[in-house]
Amino acid sequence: MTQPSAAPGRAKRRRFRFVANAKATTGLVILGIYCLFAVIGPWVAPYDPDARSGDVLQAPSLRHWFGTTHLGQDIFSQILVGARSVMVVGLVAGVLATILSILIGVTAGYIGGAADEGLSALSNVFLVIPALPLIIIVTSIVEQASDTLVALIIGCTSWAWGARVLRAQTLSLRRRDYVEAARATGERPWRIILFEILPNLTAIIASGFVGTVIFAVMSEITLAFIGISSISSWNWGTILFWAQGQQALAQGAWWWFVPAGLAIALLGTALALINFGIDEFVSPRLRSAGRTRIRTADGRSVRMRVGFTPVLAPTPRTVPVPREEVAP
Amino acid sequence: MTDPVLEIRGLRVDYGLGDAAVHAVRDVDLTLHRGEVLGLAGESGSGKSTLAYGLTRLLPPPGVVSGGQVIYHPADGPPVDVLTLSPAQLRKFRWAETSIVFQGAMNSLNPVHKVSTQLLDVIKAHEPQSTAAGRLARARDLLRLVGIAADRLDSYPHQLSGGMRQRVMIAMALALEPQVVIMDEPTTALDVVMQRQILGQLAELRERLDFAVLFITHDLSLLVEFSDRIAIMYGGRIVEEAPAAQLYGRALHPYTEGLLHSFPALRGPRRELTGIPGSPPDLRAMPEGCAFHPRCPKAFDPCDKKVPALGAAEPGRDVACWLHPVAAGGPR
Repeated sequence: MTQPSAAPGRAKRRRFRFVANAKATTGLVILGIYCLFAVIGPWVAPYDPDARSGDVLQAPSLRHWFGTTHLGQDIFSQILVGARSVMVVGLVAGVLATILSILIGVTAGYIGGAADEGLSALSNVFLVIPALPLIIIVTSIVEQASDTLVALIIGCTSWAWGARVLRAQTLSLRRRDYVEAARATGERPWRIILFEILPNLTAIIASGFVGTVIFAVMSEITLAFIGISSISSWNWGTILFWAQGQQALAQGAWWWFVPAGLAIALLGTALALINFGIDEFVSPRLRSAGRTRIRTADGRSVRMRVGFTPVLAPTPRTVPVPREEVAP
Repeated sequence: MTDPVLEIRGLRVDYGLGDAAVHAVRDVDLTLHRGEVLGLAGESGSGKSTLAYGLTRLLPPPGVVSGGQVIYHPADGPPVDVLTLSPAQLRKFRWAETSIVFQGAMNSLNPVHKVSTQLLDVIKAHEPQSTAAGRLARARDLLRLVGIAADRLDSYPHQLSGGMRQRVMIAMALALEPQVVIMDEPTTALDVVMQRQILGQLAELRERLDFAVLFITHDLSLLVEFSDRIAIMYGGRIVEEAPAAQLYGRALHPYTEGLLHSFPALRGPRRELTGIPGSPPDLRAMPEGCAFHPRCPKAFDPCDKKVPALGAAEPGRDVACWLHPVAAGGPR
């Protein structure tokens, strides 16, 4: 069948289909704002996050948007300044773990044989290495463990799950007919992996990335919260550490820990939304084509689902008119 | 034979909603009589499968039925409109009253379950009061019915050939003795020998069990041999409907004629195979008037302006073409 040429407006919309997805857009916008504050946070913060003042334990006000701590430090400034370390650790660890999992998982799945055995064993070993205790040990040895170091450790220890999943999917993909065909026509392995297999793994890679970023952020915040990482640098875990230490909840100072918690939750939400967007972009079947709930003939609103095609409008014809039929 | 079992009236099926909707089936009227084989033929994209899935409400999103009626006449009891059934009623109605054999149905068998498990499951779900022994006996009968030895019941799908799997699917469709069986290109993936075998069995089964078949295919030559009546679809509409022999002998619609000229006759004088020039219309931008007029060798004045209505041009045959004005009573 000939493919009819679509109208220019339509074609343009198609090109930006990923961004046109509402979930992905929301996620990207939120993540963009986080990244922006990670860069400019320390400059736009209204106060020095370490500076003490006379306004001790103030509730949120116009002067201190998120209130103040027991030392009169501005929590809004602490959140802004802390964003950088959280984002750096999350993204660096996520990117590192994703690259490692692709390299190891896809290679193991595609090559097979002894290499697969070796790489699988390696993933199994890394699978059981507990990241958090390892970081605690490393940070206790290294004086002034930097964000980058924490990110590297998290990234190097959290790739194994992704690698296992990618290996399994690659095993399934490499026997598909189109991959066999590509091999039969003499395409080089790297090209088969890059152009035939990797695009089909996009959704898995994306979900792995998002999962690792969330895990890395949580790990870093946990480290700060239990007081392992240096308390001189700010991140959201440090805020929670101080809030916990000063019994914020008992003092009714909800503004001390709620903003940091919400910031973490919102970051996770944004990443999950981007993940949904990627899933729907990669697999059109998941795409919710605008509306999924529609009003049917009987006036109820139903969700479109497989096997129960909705009936939009009853037929205008009222009385069944028997048709005259002549038997063959 | 004049007793209808399934009446489709003014059925409209869309993909998508509102302005973005693509009208895949437009105002289709079709009647399936008790015990007959009604063939539905047309090119790819003419809406044959959409019609079948629309009337059984099996279309996945974004497919919606945007209007019409599908009246089912049970063997006993008042007629029901399938389009007004609730999900629970629909679930009961399916398979017991109307079953469907899908395109490439042989791939629908679950590879990790034995044939027996999958066959018994249906009977168990719809007739919970039946005994295990009774169900097993029924499953054996069903397999025998489609010409497979009963000991194959313990096979896994991969142990059966394509034709056998297809026949298992037909047996499954007949498991609850439905009144109507919809077959969506059930033999397309098989070679002609297997096709012939299955169709022969199907004809035999129909004699014995007396169900009606809506047979969808793009292979008109198959229909000419196998079905009682043939409906031709083009661009989402029925353009011609006639008894098989009459349609083969003398097609009224130029499109049908084109289809008939695209396969060779076994006997009779040699003739040139012509086919139909051009390609099927884009459902998003249907031509004005008769959908076929841009490809029609006989197009004349009103064709590009008004859509011809499907009407009885001659007794017993309906056609939607300006060449054959509706005989009496105007468009239905």
